[in-house]
Formats: sequence, C-alpha cells, structure tokens
Amino acid sequence: MHRYDDLTELLLQLGDSAMVQAQRLCELVGGAPALEEEVALMNVGLDLVGQARNWLEYAAERIADGRSADDLVFHRDQPEYRNLLLVEQPNGDFGVTMAKQFLFDSWHYAMLQSLCDSADARIAAIAAKSLKEVTYHLRRSSEWIKRLGDGTDESHQRMQAAIDQVWHFTFEFSMPAEYLTELEAQQIIPGASTLHQRWSETVSAVLSEATLTQPEPAARNYLSGREGLHTESLGYILAEMQFLPRAYPDANW
Amino acid sequence: MPTGDLIASDQPAGDPKEIDRAWQVLDLVMDPEVPVISLTDLGIVREVEWRAGQLRVVLTPTYSGCPATEHIEQSALSALTDAGFTQVQIEQQLAPAWTTDWISERGRERLKAYGIAPPVGSAAKPSLDKAVECPLCSSTNTKEITEFGSTACKALYQCNDCLEPFDYFKCI
Repeated sequence: MHRYDDLTELLLQLGDSAMVQAQRLCELVGGAPALEEEVALMNVGLDLVGQARNWLEYAAERIADGRSADDLVFHRDQPEYRNLLLVEQPNGDFGVTMAKQFLFDSWHYAMLQSLCDSADARIAAIAAKSLKEVTYHLRRSSEWIKRLGDGTDESHQRMQAAIDQVWHFTFEFSMPAEYLTELEAQQIIPGASTLHQRWSETVSAVLSEATLTQPEPAARNYLSGREGLHTESLGYILAEMQFLPRAYPDANW
Repeated sequence: MPTGDLIASDQPAGDPKEIDRAWQVLDLVMDPEVPVISLTDLGIVREVEWRAGQLRVVLTPTYSGCPATEHIEQSALSALTDAGFTQVQIEQQLAPAWTTDWISERGRERLKAYGIAPPVGSAAKPSLDKAVECPLCSSTNTKEITEFGSTACKALYQCNDCLEPFDYFKCI
C-alpha cells in the first residue's frame, strides 16, 4: 500500500474523516426525528464538507499528481481512504447517531486545538477556522448525550447501549508511538501525546453528567483507518457517494 | 456617493484613490443569503490593494462550508469589473478566522431591520449573559428552539412575548 509523508497522511485522515462523517449525516435528510434536528444535522454536515475541502485541497497540492480535492473524494477506493473507523459506522437509531457524533466531535475538538499551534501555518489556519465550528458541534452533541442519558429509563438504556456499541472504535484515538514521536518532533501536531488524555477528560465529564458508564479503554486490533484497513461499511458509503462522478465523469452542475 | 461616480475611469491601476472606490463598490455588493447586508458590513473583505498592476481583493469565508463563498467571489468580481477595474485578483484567506465581531454597526442594524437578531456580545470575550433580543418587539424574553437555523450562520429562536419565531445570527 502506498503511503505519503506523515503530514499528507494527516491531511487525508482529517479530510476523509470529515467527509465520511458528513456523508453519513446526509443519509438522514428526510429521516431525522424532528425538523429542527434535521436542520442541525445537515448544518453540521455542511461545516464538515467545507473543512474536508480545505484539508483535501492541501493534500492534493502536496500529492501533486494532477488530482484535485474532488478527485481524491470521488476517485479513491476504500483502501486509500484514511478516515477514522468510527465515522464510517452506520447511523443506527438517534442514540447511535449522537454517540458517534459526540465521540467524533470530542476527538476532533482535541485534535484541532493542537493543530491551531501547528508549525505548518496552513494547517494552523484551517484548524483555527474549523475549531470555531467544531466547538459548536461538540456543545450540541454533548447536550444530547446528557439529555438522553439522564432522561427516561428507556432513553438512558438506549444511550448507554449506543455508547457501548461504537466505543470499540475509539481505539484509533490514541496514536501508535511511531506517529506520535514523529508528528510531535516536527511540531505538526503540538501536544499530540496529550491528545488522548484531553479527549478522555471531555468524554468522562460528559458521560458522568449524563449518568452513563464509561466503557473500559478500547483495545487496538488489526483494523486501522490510518492504514486503509476499513470495516465493510465504508465500501457502501463510497459506492453511493462516488457513483455519479464515476458513471458520468463529465457531469457538472 | 452617486452611482455615476462608480463607472470606469481610464487607467485606475496604482492610484490609491481607486482603492477607496473599490471599497465603495464592494460596499454595494450584498450577501446572497441575507441580501440586506453588504460584504463590507459582514467584515469578510480583509484587504484591497494594488499588487503588480492588479487590484488584489482578499476575502475570508464566514463558515468553512458556506455554499455562498463562490457566489460572493463572483459577485465581487463582476461588481468590480462593471465599475471599470479590469485586472482583479480575488483571493480567499482563512487566517485570521472570520468572527461576527467584524460585522459593522450598520450591518447589525440592517440585520435587525430585516428580522434577524444580530450576534449578542463578543466572540473574543464570551459571556454567559446572552439575552437575545427579538428583532420584532425588542423583548429579551426569548428562547432558543434549535442551535442551527436556515443557514450555518444562524440559530432559530422564538420570542416568548410576541411568540414570533426568528433567526439569530450566531456569535462566533
């Protein structure tokens, strides 16, 4: 499998994660539990598409093989995607949708906070822009976790089941030592070594206020979004997302 | 200023007075989604200058995914071209990130008159005291209905006194 330099791989991870999460949210058009919720989910998705474009335009410039950000999104196959495994998981019920959103937002927030101080000025600029939006996303998803967790017996039980169901994929939030050392040494991600700790503190505080039980730290396994080793869900997402530009390569608005 | 003054002069390149004129042109370009507030009112025009014989205009997007970004760029370009600026270079710049603190006083008044509550307080100095005023009856007895509204930059509120729902321009 082809690997780019660490910085480009990071851009792909950030861009692909935002893109796949946005695509999952788009599936809820016409299917959210309330109109206001649907508007909110789509707005979060829209922010993420914009962020994905910023990251992937930078990635495309660094890859410099003539592909644009659009080409990266529509013409790469599953093993070339670098997104977190969490975001490709199905939406499930509203509890699962919000559990995924919350766990992603809290990781995203901790990551962007670090990237605001990146030695790479373009990364720092995109991160500072994105952080404003993601702060809002995290506040909203945290509120839902608390409202459902500390709600009725049924909402509590279903929110707990949702967290338990997707928690497994948070193993990717702690980076393998070889990346950590490298990315911190180059100051691409300042504070990379405390990222997992900061994420974990946010999650603990929200889950405890939501009267939910935090599962044991998730164990690493053979899957890895960073290595392009995805769950089967990603293939279905790409099939839907990429069909039109692949079937009609000259299609335009 | 009468619009006649905005029509092309012969060779504007390099003339500092032309920079002022370019700002005036941009001040007449409205946001496509909130057509009462101009690009300069929104605070998204970051710089206008001469560079290598070209008029360089630096814009910053409001939100990363704002679908109006390209539209705004096109509107600014055609307004400047119509006003006689032949060599225009429009650039997008992300840093420093746009904040609602850059919306002008006039912009805030125009938002309110249009029925959108302007951002309350300052993004630079966040405060908990965030009473949003109803743009119709000016009551501060209002409630948030959802954190997102018809566009990414707005949230949906309702007035508890006059009962009207309204958009609130989020403070970021």
